[in-house]
Amino acid sequence: MSILVLKPGLLDSVQDTGRFGYSNWGVNPGGAMDTYAARVANMLVGNCENEALIEIHFPGPQLLFEQSALITICGADFSPMLDQQAVPLWQPIVVRRNTALHFDNLNWGGRCYLAVHGGIDVEPWLGSAATNLRASAGGFRGRKLEKLDRLFLGESRFYYPAWLPDEREKHLLHWRADIKNVYEHPHEIFITEGREWEHLKEAAREDFFNSSFIIHPSSDRMGYQLKGESMQLMEKMELTSSGVSFGTIQLLPNGQLVVLMADHQTTGGYPRIGHVISAHLPKLAQLRPSDSIQFVRTSVANAEEMLFRQKKEMQILQRACLDHLKDLVC
Amino acid sequence: MKLSYTIFNLGDSALTIDFGNRICEEFNDKVIAIERWLAQHPFEGLKERVVSYSSLTIYYDPFVVKKHYHIEGPVYRWVEEKIRQAAELSSYGDTSNAVLHKIPVCYDSEYGFDLDRVSALCKLSKEEIVNLHSSVVYRVYMIGFLPGFPYLGKIDSRLSIARKESPSLVAAGSVGVAGEQTGIYPFESPGGWNIIGKTPLSLFDANADKPVWLAPGDKVQFYAISGEQLANWPIGELTN
Repeated sequence: MSILVLKPGLLDSVQDTGRFGYSNWGVNPGGAMDTYAARVANMLVGNCENEALIEIHFPGPQLLFEQSALITICGADFSPMLDQQAVPLWQPIVVRRNTALHFDNLNWGGRCYLAVHGGIDVEPWLGSAATNLRASAGGFRGRKLEKLDRLFLGESRFYYPAWLPDEREKHLLHWRADIKNVYEHPHEIFITEGREWEHLKEAAREDFFNSSFIIHPSSDRMGYQLKGESMQLMEKMELTSSGVSFGTIQLLPNGQLVVLMADHQTTGGYPRIGHVISAHLPKLAQLRPSDSIQFVRTSVANAEEMLFRQKKEMQILQRACLDHLKDLVC
Repeated sequence: MKLSYTIFNLGDSALTIDFGNRICEEFNDKVIAIERWLAQHPFEGLKERVVSYSSLTIYYDPFVVKKHYHIEGPVYRWVEEKIRQAAELSSYGDTSNAVLHKIPVCYDSEYGFDLDRVSALCKLSKEEIVNLHSSVVYRVYMIGFLPGFPYLGKIDSRLSIARKESPSLVAAGSVGVAGEQTGIYPFESPGGWNIIGKTPLSLFDANADKPVWLAPGDKVQFYAISGEQLANWPIGELTN
């Protein structure tokens, strides 16, 4: 059974945590922009953390559950509504067959993730369910979701009618993820210095940390274009193309910065000013055009520590979710 | 001869080993040799290796590395040592018996819409451009930018011309030149390289077992075909 797309949103696509090992073909990892929200969503419904789910941008889609399912919505708050009732984020919900989901309002964030127990059943491409829009491959038919697409679900370990004894269309399970550490101080983005940092003029190095940058409307899954003080190098540099990363901050010839995001190219030749730390990529992925960013410098060693803390909290969460769900398996 | 290199962080989950910011076969050979060595001797947490002209970038999961190898202190130091080891233990690379791919290109102005510009800036006739471009055996230095986009070099210095100031929409199969490089656009895409022709071959096929048939270290030579041959090229027909 399945989920039916009654009305597509701005950009809904099937994603997982990325496709690794094919960059030497120019195929980038891609995957969810906010992998923290995607992983937590999967954990809450008892999936493995890189299971296929749906990444949703605002305006969101209207979806119909054609079968009862255990779901959760994590990440941005677009006021999710099951039929006409608001439902919380970061919490597992059992939905009855023939219930519709839509998104009312943009309250906070850039994209949210709809995870369903069992996962979205798509044919993996190069070992991953992530949609590569450029190559028209992976995910659901290599493209964003369209009207009347029908997404099949993976196998379920649960018997849902037991949770929906009366006519209610949904049942909230009683645990939720505590995510405040990950998204606090949303505009403060920690970075480590890039290879060409020292080549920036001194004034630019000061501006970089002392002024803020605005995310330009043309920003997308490939990169965030930033508007701010124009930055200059001490002298012009010609760089041959080399590997870049999710979070790499490049200086464009016009003096403006771009932060590479999930769908970035595998290689690039612009000066690398800095790199957003892994622990702050989820925060960054939830910022939107016209939001501001304040960069804060840190060391790679500290960036690692921050990532480890986040990963440890996630492991605790995963164990807790499995414990809760274990009692419910039929 | 031993090559000198530097290793630097590309954020908190990737490191680059760089032999110098240059397009040269010797550096690229060594980069490919290290890549192959790491493919044969991977460590837990190694996620991805990206070959470029003169550097190799490796991507890893610091948490997995830390847990698996019980590392105290910064993980990147440990990974840096691994790369140093790969650089020391890998051979110096030998791509002299690399595969040669012959790639047909139609150099008609209809497809090579920057031919006039290249002709004017390089002070070459169209025939000279075609001869210069198709007489050299190129090396595939790297695949990047788009899925299946090969960076080939070096082109004859008389044909060397800067990228265009503003990118324009380029058709799939378009063959372009920029600086010392030539390349082929696998998809329709905005592009800044000077387009001088078009190949009927598909550089990327998502449904194939091996979506990309060129690899770093391979050799490529172009040969001219007519507009009629281009239009009638059998679908799926590859080179040779």
